[in-house]
Amino acid sequence: MMDALGLFFRSIFIDNMVFAYFLGMCSFLAVSKNVKTSFGLGVAVTFVLIVTVPVNYLLDRYVLSEGALSWISPAFANVSLDFLSFILFIAIIAAIVQILEMVIEKYSPALYNSLGIFLPLIAVNCAILGASLFMQERHLDSVGQSLAYGFGSGIGWLIAIVGIAAIREKIRYSKIPKRLQGTGIAFIITGLMGIAFMAFLGISI
Amino acid sequence: MSKNLNLITAPLRKANPITVLILGICSALAVTAKLKPAIVMALSVTVVTALSNLIISLLRKGIPSKIRIIVQLIVVATLVILVDQFLKAFMYDVSKQLSVFVGLIITNCIVMGRLEAFAMSHKPWESFLDGIGNGLGYGSILVIVAFFRELFGSGSLFGYQVIPQGLYDFGYMNNGLMILPPMALIIIGIIIWLQKPEEEKK
Repeated sequence: MMDALGLFFRSIFIDNMVFAYFLGMCSFLAVSKNVKTSFGLGVAVTFVLIVTVPVNYLLDRYVLSEGALSWISPAFANVSLDFLSFILFIAIIAAIVQILEMVIEKYSPALYNSLGIFLPLIAVNCAILGASLFMQERHLDSVGQSLAYGFGSGIGWLIAIVGIAAIREKIRYSKIPKRLQGTGIAFIITGLMGIAFMAFLGISI
Repeated sequence: MSKNLNLITAPLRKANPITVLILGICSALAVTAKLKPAIVMALSVTVVTALSNLIISLLRKGIPSKIRIIVQLIVVATLVILVDQFLKAFMYDVSKQLSVFVGLIITNCIVMGRLEAFAMSHKPWESFLDGIGNGLGYGSILVIVAFFRELFGSGSLFGYQVIPQGLYDFGYMNNGLMILPPMALIIIGIIIWLQKPEEEKK
């Protein structure tokens, strides 16, 4: 339990998806023009991460990694399907996003109206696939840990995008050199926020 | 002919995928702390973009538009697996450094963006050139960023020391901040800043 909690906070602050690994940067820079839509996208990303990371964890544990197929028959103990993981992970993510979209549309039209436009974008958001690949690389021990990792990464991404959106809303009224306006300054702000987040590096959880 | 040439050269400057269109930054920046992985990454992305553009362009009349995203993802994922296996077989150390970022080429917005915007509506040969051009445009920024980060961060290029030892004896020190991820963003911000007037002229 403590492990999972530690992993959760680690993935929010220390291994922040945006500031430590630059994942999900495209939508991060494109959507972060106002706080409300950024929050919507952040919630959608968190939601998808909570579902996809544990599912991909199970897939990795029982199908893909070396010896994972031994539950079918001991003859498969040496089989490793590692090389298939990219294609299967992305297929699972695309499928889950599609299913989520349909389920949300059916049962909660209000949520669908606020998240709906973002869901198709999410299938190709690097943060989602990135979280699954990092999960695979780190060899987590249990489904609970992978859930904590997915949830934490999502919250970390949410904090980052809401933070930069708030700064960009304020900065609209400041005097920025003309050529830096727009994307140029957004990059530099992200860099500075990243430096700020590095303060968490020294903490070991 | 000049139109085809334009397909390759335009993405290098005025339609650069990173600095102008802001695509594909996701997996780009983390690999630019050193020149070697940056160049390998740039080549991998060029190969994947060019070949996937070619394949999707060949298939474009047969793909139902409702499921095109899935089809594109599968084609790209297959190519990325090939690249990943190739790197693991022949350049194991670089592939370790790139870690998950090779896999993330799949969701690189440049690849998907070019497939959607170009390959779905153009002939195979043009799409192939467009893919090469965009891959090189992406690669050029990667190499510029990596050059500065490695030079100031580790005082070396391709792993060879270029800043003379005398300077270090004099009290010169490597800038450790350049190795850390946030500096990559700031360097790109500066590149965008410098590139802007060129666009305004056009």
